[in-house]
Amino acid sequence: MQGCEKREKREERVTATIAPGLKNPAQDNQRIFRAILLTMSRPGTVTVLGNWPKPPASLHPAATAVCLALADMDTPLWLGPAAPRDAQTYLRFHCGSPLVTREEDAVFAIIPDGHALPDLARFNPGTLEYPDRSATVIIQVRSIEVGCGVRLSGPGIRDEVRLAVDGLHTDFWQAMQWNSHRFPLGFDTILATETEIVSLPRTVRVGI
Amino acid sequence: MKPDTTPIDSMLLGTAARKRWMSVLARAGATRLEQALTALGTSPQFEHIRPPEVGMVLVRGRAGGGGERFNLGEMTMTRCSVALFGGVVGHGYVAGRDKVHAELAAIFDALLQCPEHNPGLMDRVIDPLEREQQARWREQHDKTAATRVNFFTMVRGED
Repeated sequence: MQGCEKREKREERVTATIAPGLKNPAQDNQRIFRAILLTMSRPGTVTVLGNWPKPPASLHPAATAVCLALADMDTPLWLGPAAPRDAQTYLRFHCGSPLVTREEDAVFAIIPDGHALPDLARFNPGTLEYPDRSATVIIQVRSIEVGCGVRLSGPGIRDEVRLAVDGLHTDFWQAMQWNSHRFPLGFDTILATETEIVSLPRTVRVGI
Repeated sequence: MKPDTTPIDSMLLGTAARKRWMSVLARAGATRLEQALTALGTSPQFEHIRPPEVGMVLVRGRAGGGGERFNLGEMTMTRCSVALFGGVVGHGYVAGRDKVHAELAAIFDALLQCPEHNPGLMDRVIDPLEREQQARWREQHDKTAATRVNFFTMVRGED
């Protein structure tokens, strides 16, 4: 009986193997950081990143790459109450970030499913003295198409850019409109498909 | 603390046992571990979860072991995590900048967690290395102890 229990415990540990992180941390981190910088300064631009990490199934490689490059022990990470255990273990191991359950405490957040958005208003918008101390929300979506859909304008966008996102609840665009009105406060958003990212900082004005 | 009572305990679940072999591996040095690995005959198949990386850790201490905590200073260390193809994960944390050493320590840590390898490795690798390290420590300790000076103050005639 006792032996059986032990075997079970052991099995649990053996199957709980953590997937590998970035193969070449120094170069990969710089490459990913550059891509994030590019998409943040040109909102609505879709960027493809190669050489993905291979995270557990519930995480998109692109969203994970952003997290691996930006999050560390000083940036609490919010994953949502329904996040699978392997995803939590993976991010805790590779980023070293504490995982938090309250949206208000998060510096970074991964929303696993764009259709199941939490209350975005609860994420930290920064303070008037330090608006940079706000949260960055990474939302996993199915696909992003440029040239049709929602109209985006603002700093970094010439005239306007149109973006159609599949796998994202329409409430998100309302939240974005409200978010850009409280500038300089507000959270920044990164939408991530399996392989691409597009950034929507708080300066983006959304015309539905 | 409850000691590990049976060998099976120390093999599968014993944190104390793992602590001990990780410490021995960290002190052993890359060359010794490499020799031990070649002596095994088979080279284990593994994958990096975290490739060897060099970083700094802050060493903290308490004056006299009981005072307020203070920062002693930073030291360089190297860490590495590997997964054997069976799925067992091993971690290596070593002082200094020797990436090969960190990787070998991680591989041995993973192997030592497999019940089929543990008893053999404990007997042939960990125990001899530990004896060697203890002998070296004792020698250094004795040499230092021989030069010990006791300071004392005599009562001075003030009046």
